[in-house]
Amino acid sequence: MSDIATEPARSDTRVTGKSGWSFLRGHLREYGILFALIAIMAFFQIATGGILLKPVNLTNLILQNSYIVIMAIGMLMVIVAGHIDLSVGSVLGFVGALAAVLIVQLNVPYPVAAVICLAVGAVIGMAQGFWVAYFRIPSFIVTLAGMLVFKGLTLWLLEGQSVGPFPAQFRLIASGFVPDLLGGENLNLFSLLIGVVVAAGLFLLQLRTRRMQQKAGVADEPLSFFAIKNALIFAALVYMSWLMADFRGLPNVFIVMALLIAIYSFVTSKTTFGRRLYAIGGNEKAATLSGINSKKLVFLTFANMGMLAALAGLVFAARLNTATPKAGISFELDVIAAVFIGGASMSGGVGTVVGAVVGAFIMGVMNNGMSILGIGIDWQQVIKGLVLLAAVIFDVMNKQKG
Amino acid sequence: MTQILEMRGITKTFPGVKALDNVNLSVAEGEIHALVGENGAGKSTLMKVLSGVYPHGSYDGDIVFDGQVKAFRGISDSEADGIIIIHQELALVPLLSVGENIFLGNECARGGIIDWHETNRRARALLARVGLSEAPETVVDNLGLGKQQLVEIAKALSKNVRLLILDEPTSSLNEDDSQKLLDLLLEFKAKGITSILISHKLNEISRVADTITVLRDGSTVARLDCRDGISEDDIIRDMVGRSLQDRYPARAPQIGGTVMEVRNWIVHHPLHAERKVVDDVSFHVRQGEVLGIAGLMGAGRTELAMSLFGRSYGQGISGEALIGGQRADLTSVRSAINAGLAYATEDRKTFGLVLQDTIRRNVPLARLDAIASRGVVEPAREATVAETYRKRLNIKSSSIEQETVNLSGGNQQKVVLSKWLFADPDILILDEPTRGIDVGAKFEIYTVIRDLAAAGKAIIVISSEMPELLGITDRLYVMNEGRFVGEMATAEASQEKIMARIIKTDVRTGNETGDKT
Repeated sequence: MSDIATEPARSDTRVTGKSGWSFLRGHLREYGILFALIAIMAFFQIATGGILLKPVNLTNLILQNSYIVIMAIGMLMVIVAGHIDLSVGSVLGFVGALAAVLIVQLNVPYPVAAVICLAVGAVIGMAQGFWVAYFRIPSFIVTLAGMLVFKGLTLWLLEGQSVGPFPAQFRLIASGFVPDLLGGENLNLFSLLIGVVVAAGLFLLQLRTRRMQQKAGVADEPLSFFAIKNALIFAALVYMSWLMADFRGLPNVFIVMALLIAIYSFVTSKTTFGRRLYAIGGNEKAATLSGINSKKLVFLTFANMGMLAALAGLVFAARLNTATPKAGISFELDVIAAVFIGGASMSGGVGTVVGAVVGAFIMGVMNNGMSILGIGIDWQQVIKGLVLLAAVIFDVMNKQKG
Repeated sequence: MTQILEMRGITKTFPGVKALDNVNLSVAEGEIHALVGENGAGKSTLMKVLSGVYPHGSYDGDIVFDGQVKAFRGISDSEADGIIIIHQELALVPLLSVGENIFLGNECARGGIIDWHETNRRARALLARVGLSEAPETVVDNLGLGKQQLVEIAKALSKNVRLLILDEPTSSLNEDDSQKLLDLLLEFKAKGITSILISHKLNEISRVADTITVLRDGSTVARLDCRDGISEDDIIRDMVGRSLQDRYPARAPQIGGTVMEVRNWIVHHPLHAERKVVDDVSFHVRQGEVLGIAGLMGAGRTELAMSLFGRSYGQGISGEALIGGQRADLTSVRSAINAGLAYATEDRKTFGLVLQDTIRRNVPLARLDAIASRGVVEPAREATVAETYRKRLNIKSSSIEQETVNLSGGNQQKVVLSKWLFADPDILILDEPTRGIDVGAKFEIYTVIRDLAAAGKAIIVISSEMPELLGITDRLYVMNEGRFVGEMATAEASQEKIMARIIKTDVRTGNETGDKT
């Protein structure tokens, strides 16, 4: 009869002084996805006889998936807010086409064209977000319409032709590498240095957060767990940058991606904006009655998605060195799959940027690994579909158990 | 006369609350039996036990129907025996036709193919029995509420009803439709159909009922026979008669000047623009005062509060709101909060909490800027705030990291209160602040209210529990059908007085609407 009787036993695991292992079991949902990525990478590393993590392949893997990762970041925020955006693939194609027309046909200087393209992406996002936020038209419908519209506009803009090639400087954003300022022989020392510095910075940041949590009395991660986790992250980052340094160094687009991940992780997890976004997705009525302007936030989230889709469009066009009418078709499905594999909830309010990025890389590693193994595109699709289903089932079961 | 239904010693407990305690209900064949009691007395729970919504085994006691002990496992079991409930919220599918609704789930079909001729023929016959002259093809949405109610009854008749239960059937009807409905019940009675009528309107009950069972706090307190000539006052006394000793913290109110004043506030229904949900309401609340708004469910109290709080309800809102003597901008929730207003909802799960989030994330939600600097949340400040309120309001939880979905109702309510205390309003509107929570937590919440008033806040409490209002407020307004129909100092108020206000105006406004139509 007492109030406390209705509390679940699960909360007992939060008592301090337990082992790292039992902590991990309590947080399976948060770290499960990371383990899945590691397991999948380990599997393909063995199955492909070590090809997966060869410097050239790793570099390719990142280049191939960069635009999916960039869009997954925006999509994560859209899905956290309780919506969906089906138009991102078409917007990517449209912006790529726009860039080609501006740069190749109209000879607009590429930095100016890039700025125009990003602005156009943002405006497209705003146009869709306007209907979703202020007129409560379901986002599924609005962005389904957007998908058709921009697929059509891409065709119109390119007149059904491929347009290219782009100037070499423009292509650098997608296929360039960080130059080696330190003059290493076979190793891009500068890239390695960046990797080490970032890894160390990340570690210090974690340490600082933990100290602040301890001061506030809310730290619940056991020390052993904290130490192992950060050692692994540090090692993984340094190893990755060493691998890439061994090829041609860190790709430019990798730097862009890393910055976006850092910025959006920070925005979603540390700022009042992020806090409000999660509250809207969790319970829009309660959020609105707490004085949160949910309409404006949803609007901004779609505007941001449009801009990131435009950025992805630039990267994709630069990577292919041409804009084709087929660019971006069904990319939205890969992006949405990545976000859900990464632990976001269909009903909103749950999910992390890092999870979405990990989800994107799970898809990417599977694509890449299966291609190396010579598995046909037919079975690749089947397997990817099943992995998406399995990830979400795991998530739902874990939630029900908890 | 034989008893068609006997419910013996029904006891039903929910986590933390005993909703029904050894309730007995006995209904004779062919009579109209009225079930009365305050909101929360256990009427709906009792009917849910009877209809199998709470299946056999989830309660104690026996249901004897037609001389046999029944063990209903679901609504289909009780309906098979002819027990049909018509709920206050009608269960019709608005965009289907009358005929389709009547036979929903029970279609006149052979091998899954619907026989429309048979459907319409039988529907017409049933509609004639309830006195509704509409074609079976009419879409339900095009009918008024009174007619929809009749469709519901026709639907019940299609299932060979033996015991018809009507839960507040006239609450949304005008006087004319109400009269017709009551006449229909009397007609059914003449044909031998037994009815149970749940109602607040005592004039209706004394008109049609043969016997009355009064529930209070989950127990049967009286079984009255109307043939003995009982008065409405008798019923009211049985409904509300209970002592108030020590259920409310003692207080010494220090009341200052007027903080907020509302003049001629009018709110229209969000979907039906012609319907006034709040009709020309004026009131004021003073510093350090606990003001109560009494009334039945559906009186328009929540709608009044939510329309004031950033126009969160309704359309076509007019009127004036002054805070601190100046016109307040209440056009958005944010501006209402900035003007010093806060509203803690009656429905904490839908409107109050982000359930999947922790206490830590819920408490500062209405004032995130106070735990952030330049838009960046400071985790340490956030944790301190959450922990402060967790201790201050005695929120029973393992830590501030506990998700609010796992808290009990009373503790969830305390999280909602914490959120609004942290927002630091001058005027705090509490809508049913103790609904569904146990006695101990209630006392704690009353204490919080007292302390807030003592600190100079103005508190407005909306409650359907009259003893609660009498126990904690300084002054009361009575609201009924969108209007304020009475104002009294709590010291001079009594439950009988409040009830009398509501019932008297029921008759009056009913007549008025009757004249208009």
